Amino acid sequence: MGALLGVVPFFAYTTIFLGIPTLIVVFGAFLDGSGRPTLGNLSALAQPQIVSAFVHSTVLSAVTAVLGAVFGALLTYAVSTAREGGLLRRLVTSLCGVLAQFGGVTLAFAFLATVGAQGFITLWLQKHGIDLAGSTWLYEPYKGLVLVYTYFQIPLMLIVFLPAVEGLRPQWREATESLGGSTWDYWRHVAGPILAPSFAGAMLLLFTNAFSAYATAFALISQGSPIIPLQIGGTLSSEVILGQENVGKAMALGMVAIVAVVMTLYAVLQRRTTKWLGP
Amino acid sequence: MPATRTPTSDTAARSGPGQGVAVTLTDLRRSYGSIHALDGLTLDIAPGEFVALLGPSGCGKTTALRVLAGLEDADSGRVEVGGRDITAVPTSARDMGMVFQAYSLFPHMTARQNVEFGLQLRRIPAARRRARVADMLDLVELSDHANRYAHQMSGGQQQRVALARALAIEPQVLLLDEPLSALDAKVRVQLRDEIRRIQLEVGTTTLFVTHDQEEALAVADRVGVMRAGNLEQLASPHDLYARPATPFVADFVGLTNRLHATVEDDRAQLMGTWVPLLPGSTRRGAAFVLIRPESIAVTADPAGRATVVTASFMGSTGRLHAVTESGETVLAQIDNDTVATFNPGDKVTLVPRPNPALAVAAEEDT
Amino acid sequence: MKPRAARRRRQSIFRVTVVALIGLFFALPIVSMIEFTTRAPGGGRTLDVWATLFDVGVIDADYPELKTGILASAGLTLLTVVIMLFLLVPTMTWVRLRLPALRRTVEFICLLPLTIPAIVLVVGLAPVYAWVAYFLGESSIWLAFAYVVLVLPYAYRALDAGLSAIDVKTLAEAARSLGAGWPTVMWRIILPNVRTAVLSASFLSVALVLGEFTIASLFSRDNLQVAINQLGHRDGSLAIAAALAALILAFIVMVAMSFVGTGRRSHRPEEN
Repeated sequence: MGALLGVVPFFAYTTIFLGIPTLIVVFGAFLDGSGRPTLGNLSALAQPQIVSAFVHSTVLSAVTAVLGAVFGALLTYAVSTAREGGLLRRLVTSLCGVLAQFGGVTLAFAFLATVGAQGFITLWLQKHGIDLAGSTWLYEPYKGLVLVYTYFQIPLMLIVFLPAVEGLRPQWREATESLGGSTWDYWRHVAGPILAPSFAGAMLLLFTNAFSAYATAFALISQGSPIIPLQIGGTLSSEVILGQENVGKAMALGMVAIVAVVMTLYAVLQRRTTKWLGP
Repeated sequence: MPATRTPTSDTAARSGPGQGVAVTLTDLRRSYGSIHALDGLTLDIAPGEFVALLGPSGCGKTTALRVLAGLEDADSGRVEVGGRDITAVPTSARDMGMVFQAYSLFPHMTARQNVEFGLQLRRIPAARRRARVADMLDLVELSDHANRYAHQMSGGQQQRVALARALAIEPQVLLLDEPLSALDAKVRVQLRDEIRRIQLEVGTTTLFVTHDQEEALAVADRVGVMRAGNLEQLASPHDLYARPATPFVADFVGLTNRLHATVEDDRAQLMGTWVPLLPGSTRRGAAFVLIRPESIAVTADPAGRATVVTASFMGSTGRLHAVTESGETVLAQIDNDTVATFNPGDKVTLVPRPNPALAVAAEEDT
Repeated sequence: MKPRAARRRRQSIFRVTVVALIGLFFALPIVSMIEFTTRAPGGGRTLDVWATLFDVGVIDADYPELKTGILASAGLTLLTVVIMLFLLVPTMTWVRLRLPALRRTVEFICLLPLTIPAIVLVVGLAPVYAWVAYFLGESSIWLAFAYVVLVLPYAYRALDAGLSAIDVKTLAEAARSLGAGWPTVMWRIILPNVRTAVLSASFLSVALVLGEFTIASLFSRDNLQVAINQLGHRDGSLAIAAALAALILAFIVMVAMSFVGTGRRSHRPEEN
């Protein structure tokens, strides 16, 4: 019993700063402005701009997850063939560690400097007759945001996927060769199937990452809230229509539900992977 | 042994396709910077023969095996199998079965699928494949584990499946890279006998790499002791043990005493007796004679010139450590039932038996 | 060429090409930032913007929000790391030693923030922070409480790896049998042996805190990223320079961490 005292600080802290907020979101979604139970917030989710925001968020996250996964996997494989402990590996891995955490504001500004109205590329293209300054493509979810999000998806893919690729034993390749298999046979029958769960899992993680992102879009988009995180942010900062105070919590709950499903799938895939690629 | 098989021990009978071909390695050299992994290695393996490469870490035995497999390129030298020069042939075309020290099996496939893999790659029709896989799993006595995955099997079982997988494709050569080193001692002994039994049945030319001399002596037709990239001696287990060609071999294989003696032509005077010497020994002067523990007779003798230090009961034999008058420590093998009669401090007489031993000059002691 | 050497060459070419191409994709925005912040009014290059950034006097006088942001983030980094370490290291050690049944629960709680996006956390934290403001005031430094939660998954993983690598039980029992009290065990026995993991967890926390924007912004408090964002409305070049500087700082922190040597070394059977 006395031993339990030792973990009280931890549980107290996480209850206050993690547990209670979670409960507030979960229960608040079902309460109206005066604290009475209601399903009104949930039905408010059916409003067109909110539905569209969910759709945009999901599609944006899915697309950038796939792009990040594919290009990230290529990069991961390339890095894995480099010497362990060598310079290339160290630099690339550190760089990816930073870029994956790339604060939204910094990233947004970086892209403004590149393809924004006064951006480096924009000006360069203008010299060659292509005018981008007029368009708002950077602020549209399926053009600008996709490009910008990919910027932190690819590094995250490397960080998450590299351990799996490194877990491929050289003996498996050598065994395939000695049994008469070509490089294609190896990838099709051995490495591909073995890496598939990790690849899928990593892609799911990328989805969650993009889905939850707020800062980047906030810094880039000044008008409107095309994705869910921005919608939620809107309910916190601007004036809220009477009776709609807790719609933000309903949206938050919706987000959590989607993310929870994805993360559960991820956990299932992880267990499969550790069985095969474990020490 | 499965009833459907008859063991073949006749080399001529094993001339079926992909079985029992001769292997020749000629003057293989491989360096990594200033390290010579292979230093002019030349080795001939007869059809159906089981050769073990034995040596300490870094002697080049694994490199030799991998060059034969095509997993590594030699800087120079030739590899011939069945009379054909395959030095430039890629691994996938060499038709060799390989068993690794660890991580042999594909983790995402069952035992059956693992064994089947090589046959699938060769586009063998499904029915024949199934029959062959069943045969192979039978051969390694793991038929009821066919649907298990690697992580559900013990280390020994995994290696047996790996062996089945390697043999399923009827390879010209079987290569085993320290297959038992990662296993428990008891499993190791059981499995090495299994491997030998299977190899005799199937008749494939085999190269087996190990650092465990007992293992090499127990299973091989011939053993090659390697050191610093080349062979010190290639001989039958018995010859290697009883007639070592160099001090290194004498030391590495089995236990050896190094005792001071004076050499005169082909015999040496040791502990008051003349001991015949092996060819390759030094011919005169002060020398060390390398003599086996079982070649020293021990008798309790109050007037003896040696003193017992310890007498240990080893199970099937006994071991006795004694110190001579001149201060040398001698290890002798004694009967397990006389061990108890010797106590530390007892006086004994040590007499070397007249088995030929190797003598190495005192200054060039390696 | 021998088949093996040919394959190694092909791999090298592939590796260099892929890394170069993707490297280009990533270098472009960074190069653009440098280009943008070094533009001189009449054409040509100037380092004026950068000079301004590092001129403490000018920042103090003309860009107080940037100064506030930098100071706030510095304090936040420190407080977050301190709280994180004091909260996690004793707890994780204690669980390993005396309450192994709770290990899964603690792990679950620590990994939970991965499933709760920062934006969602903010919604739920708003009422909690109303209380925090009531007791402790409105200073930005109290954001650290929320930051510790954000940092939990990464810190937990790093510390877990470090604690797994040493035999906590044996060390603690040996120390206790020699008469050490629990604080001594933690401070003088366990902590020095998980130094690498502690550093790793700390570095990860620093990187995260420096990059955090969402919570600070929505609670209308100051931190580095919020300041940079505000600055962006006023002086684009300076803001971009500040952002790039923060990024480079985070990169240096990460490279430093890679040399602290936290990687798991894969075990390969010895080559002979």
